[in-house]
Amino acid sequence: MAKDSIVTIYINEKEYKVKEGQTIMQAADSHGFKIPRLCYHPKLSIEGACRVCIVEVEGMKTYAASCACPVAEGMRIHTNTKELRRARRDIVELILDNHPKDCHTCERDGNCELQRLAYAMGIRHRHFEGERKHYEKDLSSESVIRDPDKCILCGRCVRICSEVQKVNALGYAHRGFKTVVMPAFNAPFSESVCSNCGQCINVCPTASFVEKNYTQELFEKLDNPDIIKIAQIAPSVRAAIGEAFGLPPGRAMHGELAASLRKLGFDYVFDTQFSADLTIMEEASEFLERLQGNGPLPMITSCSSAWMKYVEHFHPDFLPNISTCKSPMAMMGALTKTYFPGKIKKKPEEIFSVAIMCCTAKKYEAARPELMVDGIRSVDLVVTTREIAWMIKSAGIDLVNIKPQDFDAPLGISSGAGAIFGATGGVMEAAIRTAYELYTGETLLDIELASLRGFHGIKEAEIVIDGKPIRVAVAHGLGNAQELLAIAKKDPKRYHFIEVMGCPGGCIGGGGQPYATANSIPLDEECLAKRAEALYAIDREKTIRRSHDNPDIQRLYREYLGRPLGQLSHKLLHTHYGAKLPRGIIVGGGE
Amino acid sequence: MKTKQDEKMNLLEEYMQEMKKQPYAESQLIGILHKAQELYGYLPEDVMEAIAYGMNIPAARIWGVASFYHYFNLEPVGKYTLSLCLGTACYVKGAGKILDRMREYLNVDVGQTTEDRLFTLQEARCLGACGLAPVLMVNDRIYGKLTPDSTIELLDKLKKDAK
Repeated sequence: MAKDSIVTIYINEKEYKVKEGQTIMQAADSHGFKIPRLCYHPKLSIEGACRVCIVEVEGMKTYAASCACPVAEGMRIHTNTKELRRARRDIVELILDNHPKDCHTCERDGNCELQRLAYAMGIRHRHFEGERKHYEKDLSSESVIRDPDKCILCGRCVRICSEVQKVNALGYAHRGFKTVVMPAFNAPFSESVCSNCGQCINVCPTASFVEKNYTQELFEKLDNPDIIKIAQIAPSVRAAIGEAFGLPPGRAMHGELAASLRKLGFDYVFDTQFSADLTIMEEASEFLERLQGNGPLPMITSCSSAWMKYVEHFHPDFLPNISTCKSPMAMMGALTKTYFPGKIKKKPEEIFSVAIMCCTAKKYEAARPELMVDGIRSVDLVVTTREIAWMIKSAGIDLVNIKPQDFDAPLGISSGAGAIFGATGGVMEAAIRTAYELYTGETLLDIELASLRGFHGIKEAEIVIDGKPIRVAVAHGLGNAQELLAIAKKDPKRYHFIEVMGCPGGCIGGGGQPYATANSIPLDEECLAKRAEALYAIDREKTIRRSHDNPDIQRLYREYLGRPLGQLSHKLLHTHYGAKLPRGIIVGGGE
Repeated sequence: MKTKQDEKMNLLEEYMQEMKKQPYAESQLIGILHKAQELYGYLPEDVMEAIAYGMNIPAARIWGVASFYHYFNLEPVGKYTLSLCLGTACYVKGAGKILDRMREYLNVDVGQTTEDRLFTLQEARCLGACGLAPVLMVNDRIYGKLTPDSTIELLDKLKKDAK
């Protein structure tokens, strides 16, 4: 079918010229309609499961699902008849009849697509009392909670897990009313192939998937006067948290966050961007070591926790290629339990170290034994952007209008390179800025690497360092990462350095970010682009844009660590990951 | 994780190799699950994992197919699988009464296996042998024109044979 040929259709008696091959929904969308919908997501395959998007097509015996039905020449479509409105309302009502009636005690209250749809369809009474589902919640995972009782079987989670992330942790099991979305063999999530990325949470229209919530525990700790409460904030949190307060995406709110967290009860607010700079110092040094023959190439980044778990499950053969650097969160955690207590004359046991992350997988990462320092956890607790937004609201703090404050010394100053970590390609860009100078002794002038920015699945670039061409590649989302690994496997000399982020768009699209608002869709690229731009703007506005120029990083090495890859760095900032064998694994690789 | 490499697994792997040569190899999954059940009597978890590896099909999807069809046993079954037809013809000829007697005699419900691992009781929807109604399938043999009494006699005989 020639996709650029034009057909004439009639929507509600009015003539439109639309592209052949489009679905009725796509054609209608491009002309100012927005047919109600539920299971549809533009990044995922067509499921046709919910039937909410039905339209009337003259000559067809039954209503057609507009998401799945292609347009045809002369088609006469009706989107807004009395019968249709009623049928749609009935469909949503029937979905609701099997759904718990607990909206105002639900995690997604006010953010629920089903709730919005029910309102828009005009459901004002519940005529039927349907049979309810009663299943145990799966609380086994450190990151993601699964609650089948709230599931309406739209299948978005199954599709994002298999089509975008290519993890395939989820599938439909059993049939009919007893259908449940679950991991293979009904295994607990913690034993499945799940990478903890949390994208199922992002796309779920209800609260069938939510993060493991630690807000009450954190409130309790904040009330304890006998411990030192330290927060660190990931780059992407500042770029997105405004959305949870009704602001349009793209406003960076680090100053407001620092001020709000102090009001919430934190004694010190540090910046994960500082430890991102530290990661770059270590990672760029490690890369140069490997480039000189000490260690396997291509070197692959290790910051993304979902990515690390994915490699352990699916590609353990690449583990020697993974940088030994801990993630910025874990590096900051280690410093808050070693370097910093020394500064304030406290014991590590008196410190409670909290990470505020855009990520659900970080919850799992923080609990990893690989990241312990001297037998204690380096990060005690992780909350997502969504959780901290709720806490700030709950505590009655005006994040939007609060007077911005700075981060605390000595772990609060960051370069622009640390900020862009949150967007796909950012770690690579930051690493190149530093590696170039460490290797050549000259300053890289053109520091914005446009070819590494944006949302192409796999991005490649070549940088000449001291006459030697260095080939790098960047992938975001685990599906793209799998493809990139397949390329690297086939042609091991093709790349020197690879950056992978587990989530679409990088950390800005993390599984812990604010839910899509009423006029948006989850993982909307426009929204991701605005979040990324907020980080690039931070970078542009900084006078210090290279990690090695950060004066507090220099001081940390001078006073404490010695040198990158030195003995203390090795103890605190580096680790090794090992292969894991979950239940239900398949050999991926995309050969 | 790794399945025990025995004669059955060798046969299953051979079968998968054959299926992999077919066009749209992934669509051979149901046939492979049939083969696995024929070999093992049910679908053990590690066998489904071996199929996932062998066919490069996600285990979550295999689990979905295996749990969708009643035909596939996810638990070990008895020596004899008793599938009583409850299709229309069998039902009007008294299959319901036969089912009640079987339940009582075996002391298990539909889908369960007797403690001595001899019988698994299942119901079927039309076995295509309506002329013999009511019919009972014992493993892959059909017994027709049954009454509650003759069914119990049959079970008694099977019990004796098994000893």
